[in-house]
Amino acid sequence: MNFSGLIQDFGPLTITGLAQGAIIALFALGYTLVYGVLRLINFAHSEVFLLGSYACLIVWGFFGLDQNSATPNVFSVIGLLLLGLMAAIVISGLTALGVELVAYRPLRRRNAPPLAFLITAIGASLFISETVGVITKRNIKAVPPLIRPADVFVIGNMHVTNLQILIIVLALVMMFVLDRFINRSRLGRGIRAVAQNPDSAALMGVNKSRVIALVFLLGGLMAGIAAVMYDLKIGVTRFDAGFLLGIEAFTAAVLGGIGNLRGALLGGLLLGVLQNYAASLFGTQWLHAASFVLLVLILLVRPTGLLGESLGRARA
Amino acid sequence: MSDVKVDKPAAVPADKKNWRSSGGVRGWFGRQHWAVRTVLIIVFAVLAYLLPYAGDIPVLGPQIITEGIDWPSALFNMSYYVLLALGLNVVVGFAGLLDLGYVGFFAVGAYTVALLTSPDSILKTEWGWLAAVPVALAVAMVSGLILGWPTLRLRGDYLAIVTLGFAEIIRIFATSSETLRGDRGFADIPHPPGSYSDGKPIFGVADATPYYWLGLSVIILVILGVRNLDRSRVGRSWLAIREDEEAAEIMGVRTIKYKLWAFAIGAFIGGLGGVMFAGQQGFMNSQTFILQFSILVLAGVVMGGSGNIFGAILGGALISYIPDRLRGIEDPIFHTDLFGFRFAIFGAIIILIMIFRPQGLIPSRRRAMELKDREKEVAPQ
Repeated sequence: MNFSGLIQDFGPLTITGLAQGAIIALFALGYTLVYGVLRLINFAHSEVFLLGSYACLIVWGFFGLDQNSATPNVFSVIGLLLLGLMAAIVISGLTALGVELVAYRPLRRRNAPPLAFLITAIGASLFISETVGVITKRNIKAVPPLIRPADVFVIGNMHVTNLQILIIVLALVMMFVLDRFINRSRLGRGIRAVAQNPDSAALMGVNKSRVIALVFLLGGLMAGIAAVMYDLKIGVTRFDAGFLLGIEAFTAAVLGGIGNLRGALLGGLLLGVLQNYAASLFGTQWLHAASFVLLVLILLVRPTGLLGESLGRARA
Repeated sequence: MSDVKVDKPAAVPADKKNWRSSGGVRGWFGRQHWAVRTVLIIVFAVLAYLLPYAGDIPVLGPQIITEGIDWPSALFNMSYYVLLALGLNVVVGFAGLLDLGYVGFFAVGAYTVALLTSPDSILKTEWGWLAAVPVALAVAMVSGLILGWPTLRLRGDYLAIVTLGFAEIIRIFATSSETLRGDRGFADIPHPPGSYSDGKPIFGVADATPYYWLGLSVIILVILGVRNLDRSRVGRSWLAIREDEEAAEIMGVRTIKYKLWAFAIGAFIGGLGGVMFAGQQGFMNSQTFILQFSILVLAGVVMGGSGNIFGAILGGALISYIPDRLRGIEDPIFHTDLFGFRFAIFGAIIILIMIFRPQGLIPSRRRAMELKDREKEVAPQ
């Protein structure tokens, strides 16, 4: 137990934790949206993220970028970033839709028991990640240095870099946009209606299948953005990158209250920071174990999470 | 007072139909005289014991045996996978609890043996394999209870995630802690005792056939135990919990108690698999217990037919046999060993089975009916 280290590095640990937490929060939205509507843990969501993290690398690869190339100038960085984001969003969105159509819809049509969905989800997750594993020969893939981390401002020993600001701001903006979409738009009202009561919503003329597809798509889009941010922050990706982060994202969703969008944000940021503190206290090898222990504790003490499960009950 | 004696069994009324009166292999088998059934079972068991010599069958033999790994070793691998599938079948198939961290119990069993017997262990006890077995099984069972006690109150899908977390914590612990030695692992774990009359050990390094026979014998004992449990009060409670937990609770089934039973028995059988594994390999480290392994066993149970003992056996054997058969064969596109595809293949198989044959290859009749029942309740889309 290294308390003095934790106190000394409190600032830096917090800011890196927030950046990691922002990625986790975006990732967690997919779990929370699907759970809010279908009461289903979309186990394959981690692979939605994984394919996004490869999609942007492939696009950057088209422009001849690899881990050794120099950082391009500002305008091309912005252009490349947008292209990468677009590729990741499209691929992740399509993957999420594909999983829903192939793995979940046939089961829903048969009114399969809830655990059957989880089992197919695991199958889909294993299939996608292992196929990527075979194709990449299980090697890590390095990310081109699009953004060199540089200090923007320094408070005490807390160095805040441009990348951290980009990640946190982008996550907050996406959260805000999604929150407005769910709470204000017509489609968002459909989502909330199905979350409250699927059969009544269907009787009121909401196209249930379309709403469910939309929910998967939205989760996929957010995971795509998270994937690009992850690539830039961590610098490498691998066929099992989605899995561990997926468990963390799920933990974050449960921590904030699964089914609750703002809960996912709160849970993500909190988890990112807590993980860093735990790693500083007990050593970095326990970073992932910390999130599992936290998950178990939350489920035992307060299974509805900090803000409660409430996609359906969100204010109109 | 009417004294009606029925000499001939009348046509079985529809609500009294059971597996004996149904068509198919199981129905036919059930209608045979008990002597015929015993003989058939013995013949089947003898054939299973003779499997290591399957390679000697003309024409067919070479197609069956594995190329990249010697056949008795492949058979032994199948035997501990079958054990794991049987144990997971108790948890998932009988009690309906989705346990994604089943490999955790396998690890607990194997690590306990390693700690007690290996010279690398900090305990320095260096017991024989046989002496460590009961301790390892007890520890595995207790770990099942420890995991189950707080978590079994959770809803089904949360339970799944927590058990998955449990297995990951065990893996991380095995990788990171000094006591469990991470990647370096434990070497020189002793083999099971016993030697031939000329002094050579029965359980050596070169030939895995005796290990397979040991595994098969353990499997037969486990089948007998599990089958009797399933037909007892415990088994009926599991069934009630699986079909409707709340209704079971109201009817006086102590759900937590019987769920804990399922977890403990599952953990026991999983630990048994770990014990056998440690005894045969002689070496193990933290890389042995990856999460995909749990999911593979789950795939086996689901594929074979969860809730049916013979389904679980078939599934468990297939998840080990298919990859071992593919070992040493190169694929034409990526030029990797086809063995590397095993998890991807089983991922796809899980999806296909759940979509097209959710009851599995050898279904449990009762579970198949439960699925049919639910299908009728589906609301129009």
